[in-house]
Amino acid sequence: MIEFRNVTKLFPDGTIAVDDFSLVAPSRKITVLVGSSGSGKTTLLRMVNRMVEPTSGGVQIDGEDIVNERPVLLRRRIGYVMQNAGLLPHLTVADNIAAVPKLCGSSHRAARTRALELMETVGLDSHMADRYPSQLSGGQQQRVGVARGLAADPNILLMDEPFGAVDPIVRAELQQELIQLQRELDKTVIFVTHDIDEAFLLGDQVVILATGAKKLQVGSPSEIIENPADDFVAAFIGVDRGRRALRIKHTPNGPVLVDTEGRTQGTLVEDER
Amino acid sequence: MGWALDNLGLVGELTVDHLRQSAIAIMAGFVLSLPLGWIAWRYRFLRSAMLATTGLLYTVPSLALLLILPIIIGFPATSEANLIIALTLYALAIMVRAVADGLDSVDSSVRQAATAIGYGGGRRFWAVDLPLAGPAILAGLRVTAVSTISLATVGILVGVTNLGYLFTNGLQRRIVAEVLVGVVVVTLLALLIDRLIVLAGRVFMPWTRRPRGRGRNTRTAAVSAAT
Ligand SMILES: Nc1ncnc2c1ncn2[C@@H]1O[C@H](COP(=O)(O)OP(=O)(O)OP(=O)(O)O)[C@@H](O)[C@H]1O
Ligand SMILES: [Mg+2]
Repeated sequence: MIEFRNVTKLFPDGTIAVDDFSLVAPSRKITVLVGSSGSGKTTLLRMVNRMVEPTSGGVQIDGEDIVNERPVLLRRRIGYVMQNAGLLPHLTVADNIAAVPKLCGSSHRAARTRALELMETVGLDSHMADRYPSQLSGGQQQRVGVARGLAADPNILLMDEPFGAVDPIVRAELQQELIQLQRELDKTVIFVTHDIDEAFLLGDQVVILATGAKKLQVGSPSEIIENPADDFVAAFIGVDRGRRALRIKHTPNGPVLVDTEGRTQGTLVEDER
Repeated sequence: MGWALDNLGLVGELTVDHLRQSAIAIMAGFVLSLPLGWIAWRYRFLRSAMLATTGLLYTVPSLALLLILPIIIGFPATSEANLIIALTLYALAIMVRAVADGLDSVDSSVRQAATAIGYGGGRRFWAVDLPLAGPAILAGLRVTAVSTISLATVGILVGVTNLGYLFTNGLQRRIVAEVLVGVVVVTLLALLIDRLIVLAGRVFMPWTRRPRGRGRNTRTAAVSAAT
């Protein structure tokens, strides 16, 4: 469990990136922070691994204040996956993944074995082990990023727009794989995105943020779609347009659901009694 | 050609002396430039002062430096140490800037990524910052090596023997072949050391070898700077 307790971040230039934010990210669930650019998502995420120190308030992991832990050690037990993968360009794929276990004291051999194992987990062919990041596609780099995030087998995984830089098809694939992975691994995940569809797809708990990390609504995807807190949220999640604004159209074969563009999205199935 | 063959022994000895003097200065310049370059990079307010000082050093005529240095350090002007120290100072003038610029060139997002996965400060410097600054440092080192090897010849003017001897002796005795041999050997030596540095770069920075790897720009810059 990760708990933000009234955290505020005032940057030296006067920007209030996060203003009195509190939240509990439950264990073994995916919490998605979603909001427009500059709403403070990355700042919140970085408070968890102490890349950013809050100006006031604090973060607890499983009830322990993280200020009591050395930042370097804290970071080694928290997986972090960045936008654009954040791979080290001078290390091969295997060495990028092995970097974390090595920092934690694993032998070279054990770290490499672990890296190859993880490459398989995230669906990377082992013949890529000795390539450099610049020799991979964006989607492959992203997989390496995820593998590296998992390398030390952390309980906590922080993901900052990990799939933001890949094309929609690869993104959909990576999202499905993350869902699959999470089923097996049961990590406590905080996932940042500005894509509301991604948030609803992945999140057990979705947090919609406005500037200053102001919480507009917190809830499960169903709760938010069924009962948006206000008009802004309703507009933000798009209940009135596209795939989420469905109406019933009657056809000779029974009722179907049609979106605002007139595209049929599915059929209406009655609950079995 | 005839002169060179007749004096192979002399040319060989002078080459060994020359190589020793230059190599020590190049290595000393390289090693010292790492902490100095790091300081210049890390502490912004020191940077311009340091780069200005080392840059200014480069404008001091080499002969003048060779005459002033002995007074400051207390070695005789004719000692090899005098020449080596002077050459090291010139090497620093190039290398400190190269190291600082190299560290500047490291992508801050890569640095942050390294921090985020748990590299501590010192470890990150050696394992991430320095290797990624490598191509720029290598480019600086190539310029330094070539200029040091040619600059070393002025040593003969204060009595430090090396390949420069072929110039002064050839001039005095009007043996054109001797001067030409000197020019050719100094040039070959410079090219050889340059090749060795490039090779070392390939060995220690394998990621720059690949066609799509980083450091391509700095590599071409090094080539044009060295030619
Ligand atoms: N180091 C910093 N110094 C000053 N201001 C900063 C710093 N880092 C972030 N900010 C500011 O804090 C605010 C929140 O930034 P943050 O990076 O957390 O936003 P974000 O929600 O992650 O945005 P994006 O979706 O674009 O990544 C922004 O206004 C940003 O300009
Ligand atoms: Mg961000």
